[in-house]
Amino acid sequence: MNIYLQTLTRDLHSAIHNLSSVLNPLLFFIISISLFPLAISPEASMLSQIAAGVIWVASMLAVLLSLNTLFHNDFDNGVLEQMVISHHSLPLLILSKIVAHWLLTGVPIILLSPLLGVLLFLDNESIKILMLTLLLATPSLSLIGAIGASLIVSIKNSGMLLSLLILPLYIPILIFASSAVSQAQSGLEIDAQLYFLATILVVSLMLVPLVSALSLKISLE
Amino acid sequence: MLKINNLSCQKGYNLLFSHLSFEVSSGDILHITGTNGSGKTSLLKILAGLNVQEQGTIFLKDYSVKSEDYQRAIFYLGHLPALSAELSCLENLRFLTTLNQSVKQPLLIDALKQVGLEDYEDEVCAKLSAGQKRRVTLAGLILSKAKIWLLDEPFTALDPQGVEMVEQYITQHCEQGGMCLFTTHQSSALKNQQVLAL
Repeated sequence: MNIYLQTLTRDLHSAIHNLSSVLNPLLFFIISISLFPLAISPEASMLSQIAAGVIWVASMLAVLLSLNTLFHNDFDNGVLEQMVISHHSLPLLILSKIVAHWLLTGVPIILLSPLLGVLLFLDNESIKILMLTLLLATPSLSLIGAIGASLIVSIKNSGMLLSLLILPLYIPILIFASSAVSQAQSGLEIDAQLYFLATILVVSLMLVPLVSALSLKISLE
Repeated sequence: MLKINNLSCQKGYNLLFSHLSFEVSSGDILHITGTNGSGKTSLLKILAGLNVQEQGTIFLKDYSVKSEDYQRAIFYLGHLPALSAELSCLENLRFLTTLNQSVKQPLLIDALKQVGLEDYEDEVCAKLSAGQKRRVTLAGLILSKAKIWLLDEPFTALDPQGVEMVEQYITQHCEQGGMCLFTTHQSSALKNQQVLAL
């Protein structure tokens, strides 16, 4: 099997054997959103107004929670060293790991979002738009998060530092994604927001593996 | 031939070694010795391409340390086992070897047998002892087609039979035209080894 595909399946297998690391961020995602109707108001009009923002903030934080596992284990056990010195392309090996991370966090979030959208009284059309923004932007969350994860991989207990590094970079995604859903609720055009999210995704896809490879090499020195 | 010329390494404020020059030819076994903190691991990491030297050059024939041909020619065994605790011996070995070259499943199982891990193929690495983990990585070494072996404390956690087995593999590899650079604080019974003191 191709090494890049094997890196991806290896990360998926590791996650299956260590389910709690995958489930914790998803449980956080579900629980935090389901508490909003209890804390604010069970009124449909109120909840549907804040639904997009709430779901987007929760998914961003859930991805942030899961980022620590992206490189830490492989750094601690020495697999990352072997990846760096292998003759294969390190940026592509990293991209395989990021794809595995997205499959384990981004995809479940996208699949859970309609359920949580219904809980917050989002109409069907808005749920579709919400899923589209999540589909376009959760890969960007994994990609951008990988830069932070690779920078702090050699630092123990670096959760807070990771948030400080990454959250500012997530803000444009949050603004455009949640405004796309709320504008769709008001019947306005959302092309601009979707194009912007797609641009972030393409630029991240091109740059992140290279930047991440470079920062991993520096971390390993 | 591996040519190291005028190599220096600095860690923080400490100069670990400077103006280090030596050559390793096919069939050579080089035992790198030195006190703790003298730069043995750093030297092997520099040769593996993990650390960047302060100054100096490293060439294998005409290939520099960053070239793909150089990277194909080395196998680095560090302090860390390079195994995922959640995965089985076989899964770990398959990934470790594929990073160098593809190896078919029967050969992987055979390599595990050779290092004394018969019937441990499906055992997750978290349940193995330190010595058994070392043996899984050594199975990767056996399967490697790399010409230069860079082994950092290869005898750590191994029993006397294990040490003897590794010494046999090193001798065999170098007799077939390979090179081996290794560090150890244990006494080594390897014949024809040259010593580089840092």
